[in-house]
Amino acid sequence: MVWRFENDRLLCRQTANLEEGRSKRLDREESMKFKSMLLGAVSLGVMTGLVHAETITIATVNNGDMIRMQKLTDDFTAKNPDIDVEWVTLEENVLRQRVTTDIATKGGQYDVMTIGTYEVPIWGKQGWLVSLNDLPESYDIDDLLPAIRGGLTVDGELYAAPFYGESSMVMYRTDLMEKAGLEMPEAPTWDFIAEAARAMTDKENEVYGICMRGKAGWGENVAFITAMSNSFGARWFDMDWKPQFDQPAWKDTLTFYLDLMEDAGPPGASSNGFNENLALFQTGKCGMWIDATVAASFVTNPDDSEVADKVGFALAPDKGLGKRSNWLWAWSLAIPAGTDNEAAAKKFIEWATSKEYLELVASKEGWANVPPGTRTSLYENPEYKKVPFAEMTLQSINSADPQNPTVDPVPYVGVQFVAIPEFQGLATVIGQQFSAALAGTITAEQALQSAQQIATREMTKAGYIK
Amino acid sequence: MARAVTPAHKATVTFFAWAIGLLIFFPILWTILTSFKTEAEAIASPPSFVGFDWTLENYSTVMERSNYFLHFLNSVVISVGSTLIGLLIAIPAAWSMAFVPGKRTKDVLMWMLSTKMLPPVGVLIPIYLIFRDTGLLDTRTGLVIVLTLINLPIIVWMLYTYFKEIPVDILEAARMDGASLRAEIIYVLTPMAVPGIASTLLLNIILAWNEAFWTLNLTAAKAAPLTAFIASYSSPEGLFYAKLSAASTMAIAPILVMGWFSQKQLVRGLTFGAVK
Amino acid sequence: MATQHSKSAARFMISPAVLLLLGWMLIPLSLTLYFSFLRYNLLMPGTEEWAGLLNYRFFLTDPAFFDAIWNTLLLVGGVLVITVVGGVLLALLLDQPFWGQGIVRILVIAPFFVMPTVSALVWKNMFMNPVNGLFAFLAKAVGLEPFDFLAHAPLSSIILIVAWGWLPFATLILLTALQSLDSEQLEAAEMDGASWMSRFFYIMLPHLARAITVVILIQTIFLLSVFAEILVTTNGGPGTATTNLTFLVYAQSLLQFDVGAGSAGGVVAIILANIVAIFLMRMIGKNLDA
Repeated sequence: MVWRFENDRLLCRQTANLEEGRSKRLDREESMKFKSMLLGAVSLGVMTGLVHAETITIATVNNGDMIRMQKLTDDFTAKNPDIDVEWVTLEENVLRQRVTTDIATKGGQYDVMTIGTYEVPIWGKQGWLVSLNDLPESYDIDDLLPAIRGGLTVDGELYAAPFYGESSMVMYRTDLMEKAGLEMPEAPTWDFIAEAARAMTDKENEVYGICMRGKAGWGENVAFITAMSNSFGARWFDMDWKPQFDQPAWKDTLTFYLDLMEDAGPPGASSNGFNENLALFQTGKCGMWIDATVAASFVTNPDDSEVADKVGFALAPDKGLGKRSNWLWAWSLAIPAGTDNEAAAKKFIEWATSKEYLELVASKEGWANVPPGTRTSLYENPEYKKVPFAEMTLQSINSADPQNPTVDPVPYVGVQFVAIPEFQGLATVIGQQFSAALAGTITAEQALQSAQQIATREMTKAGYIK
Repeated sequence: MARAVTPAHKATVTFFAWAIGLLIFFPILWTILTSFKTEAEAIASPPSFVGFDWTLENYSTVMERSNYFLHFLNSVVISVGSTLIGLLIAIPAAWSMAFVPGKRTKDVLMWMLSTKMLPPVGVLIPIYLIFRDTGLLDTRTGLVIVLTLINLPIIVWMLYTYFKEIPVDILEAARMDGASLRAEIIYVLTPMAVPGIASTLLLNIILAWNEAFWTLNLTAAKAAPLTAFIASYSSPEGLFYAKLSAASTMAIAPILVMGWFSQKQLVRGLTFGAVK
Repeated sequence: MATQHSKSAARFMISPAVLLLLGWMLIPLSLTLYFSFLRYNLLMPGTEEWAGLLNYRFFLTDPAFFDAIWNTLLLVGGVLVITVVGGVLLALLLDQPFWGQGIVRILVIAPFFVMPTVSALVWKNMFMNPVNGLFAFLAKAVGLEPFDFLAHAPLSSIILIVAWGWLPFATLILLTALQSLDSEQLEAAEMDGASWMSRFFYIMLPHLARAITVVILIQTIFLLSVFAEILVTTNGGPGTATTNLTFLVYAQSLLQFDVGAGSAGGVVAIILANIVAIFLMRMIGKNLDA
C-alpha cells in the first residue's frame, strides 16, 4: 500500500512532465481537467495535489477556521498548479513552541507560519519575518481593519497578514437573563455582570451564572485577567518596568474575579480554558461567558450548540474608568526570513487572507463561518451584516487599543499580553498563581505577592530593572 | 504441582480477575466507544454505553483532515528502524558484557542506564542546532538516530540480563568443539537468545512508538509520526471529545493490536533478569 | 578463564554502543554546560554574553525549585508504590487458575501501549472533568458533589494517570517472576501448616525481591522525566503543585526560550538524576549480584 503510494507519486511526476510536453496542444482548461482527473485517480492514495516543482510547508493551529482553510487548499493549488502545499497542523501550545524554536534557530522547516499579535512585533523587530508591504494592489491592504493592521505592523512594515481577528465580548443566554428579570445593556459594567451572574446561577440544575477562563497559561487565564485588569485600572509594569502587582488595582481585579467565580462559576473552573468553557456554554451550563468573539459562530451553530437560538451578545464589561476589558488578537500568516520559497509563500498568504477567500468560505459554509475580524469590506457586506454577532465583533475589535491598553501609561504594547520575549515564561508562572487562587489553595493576596516577586526576579534577571 | 482448586475458588478468582481487568481496560474501551458517538452524545449526561447511534463520522472527519497513513508509516519506520539498529549495536555489547565480564562491566552498564536520565528538554536546543546543521530536521533518519540512542541503554540492559541466564557451560562446550567466536554467536547463542531478543524488540517498538518529545520537536511535515497527529487533535475549538477519541483510537490501535498478538513473546523475555 | 583474544573481541564489540552513547551524552551535554554560563535568550539573538553563575543562581533560588524537587520525588515515589503494590496483588491474582486468563491478561496489559499524551487527554477530559467527566456523573448519580480532581488533588491525579500506564509493566514482570517460583516449595510450606500470610511474606516476597528492584529501576528512569501528562493536564499548576523538575526546565527553555537558564536547569536536573541513579544502582547492584 505504502510503496504503491510512493510509486503513484513517481508515476504522477512522470505523467506531469509528459503532460507538460503535451499541453502545448491542449488548451489550459483542458489541461486542468486532465489534471483533476489524474488527481482523482491519485487521491486514492493520500496526498492531494500533484508533485510540482515547489512545495511550501505551512504550520498552523488546529482551530476551526484553519482546518477549514486546510480543507480548501485545493482551490489554491488549482489556481497555482506549480505550488504544492504541505500542512503541519498542531495544537496551539505545541505549534508555538515548534515555530519559535525553528525561527530562532533558523531551522528553515516552514515557509508560512501561523503566529499571533504577540509574536509579530517581537519577531518583526528581530528581522525574522519577510515584509508583506509589497502585496499587490488587488489585495487591498488598506481594507484591513486598522486596529488589527496596527498590531501586525512594526516601523511601517506589515510583517504578517491577519487570517482572523478577534476581541472578546459577553455571550449570554437570553432566556436565562429574562428569567432573572434583567436586561443586558449593550455595554455592561462589571457590577451589572456580577449581579446578573449571581441571579442566573442555579447550581441545583447545573446552571452557572458566569464562565470565565481559569486554566493556567499565558494565553488562557492570564489573557483574560490581564484584559480584565485593564478595565480596573491595573497594569503589569509602570514606565520604569517595575511590576505593579502590589498595587490596589490588581487586588481589586483579582478579588472581584475570585468572588464572582466562587458565587456563580462552574466547578473545576481552575482547569477551564476556552474549549472547556465552550463545551459548558454549548450544553447550556453557563448563563454568561466572556471570551473570544470567534466563539460566537460556535455557540450559534445549531449542529453543535444546544442553546444556539438563545444567545445574545454585549461588549466586554468596564468599570467606568474608560477602558473596557476586551482584548485583541489576530491569528496571522507570516513568512520567516530566509525561506527558499518566498514568492510561493506570499502567493499563499495572499490567497488565504484575500477577499476572495472570504467569499469562497461563504459560498461553501455560509457567511457565519467566514474568518472574521480582518477586513472592513466584510463588515460593509450586507450579507454579512445579517450575521447576529457581526456588529458586536467589529465594535469590540475597534474598541481595543494595543498601543494604549491601560488607564495609566505603560512602556509596552499589547492588551492581554506584554509584547516582550520574557512575557511568555513570566505569565505562565503567574498564571499558575492565579489558578491556584481560583482553586482555593492560596489567597488572592498570596497570589499577587508571588506574582510581584516572580515578576521582579525575572525582570531583574532580564536586565529591565537595573 | 496439582494443587486442588475448588470450582468455587476458581469462580471467585475469575470474578475478581475479570472485574479488575475490565476496570483497568475501561478507559481504553470508553475511548473506543466514544469515538463512535456524535460530539453531542459524547458529553451527554447520563452517558450511554452502547445504546447510541453508532457513527463513523468522526473517523471520516479525521481521515479527511489528516494524512493518517503518512503519520502511520512514519511511526512504523521510526519505531521499527530505531529498534532494529539498536539491536544491531546492542547485541554484541550485551554479549560481551554477559560472557566476558570485566571489572568495569557493571559500571559501564549502570553508566549506560544513567544516560537515560538526561532530561530531554534540557538538551533540545543543542540537538536542534546540530540537526539543523546536518540537515536532519524533519527526516526519518534523524528520528531513527535519536530514538536508537535514547533506547539503546534499555536494549543493552534487557539483552544483558537475558544473556546472563544462558548457561555458560553450553558456550564453553561449543568453544571446546572449536567453534569460532562468530560461529558461537550465530549458531549457539542466538537461537537460545531469540525469545529475549524478540521481547526486547517488541518492548522497544512500543517505547519508540509512544515517544512524544523528540518526535514532536524534531519534525514538521514529512517525518511526523502519530504523536504529531495526536497533537493536532488535543484541543481544537468546539466540542472535540468524539473526534479526539477517534484520533486516539487510530493512534494507539496499531500498537495495541501488535502488542496483543505478540504478548506471549513480549512477556516471555520481559524479565530484566528478575527471574533466577 | 576468558582468553586474551576474547577479551579484546569483547572490547571491540562493546565499543560501538559505548562510543555512541558517549557521543550522545557528551556533545549535547558539553553544549548545555557551555550555554548554562551564558546569558542566552533565543528570542534575542546577538545579546549572548558570559554570565558566570547567574543562571545557576536564579534557577536554584527560584521559589519553584524546591517545590519541583519535592513534586518529582512524590510523583516517582507515588507511582512506584501504586505500581509495585498493585502489581504484586494483581500478579498474585492472575497467577491463580481462572477462566479466560488470556483475555484478562490482554485487558490488563493494554494501558502500557497507550501514548502518554493520549492517556492524559482521555483521563483529563473524559473522566476527571468535573462537569462532563464520567467520575462527575458517577458522583452525581450517588448524590455527591463532583470532585474537581485536577484543581484539588492535582498531583494525586497525575500520579493516578501515570500509574495506570505503568501498572501493566510492573504486573507483567512480577507475574513472570511469580510463575517461576517453585511450587513444590510452597506446597511443602503449606503441608507444614504455614498460613497464607507467612507463605507470602517468607517465600513469595523474597522471591519477588529481584523483580521488584528491576521494576523500580526501570520505572524510575522513565518517571523522573514525566512530562506529557503534566503538560496536557495542569500545565504544572495550580500554583506549582504539579511542577516537576522536567517541567520547570521546560518552562525556562521552551516557554521563555531562555536557553541559558534552561541549560542551567538541565545541568542541575542531570546532577540530581545521577544522584538518584547512584542510589538505585547501589540497591540494584546488591540485589542483582545475589
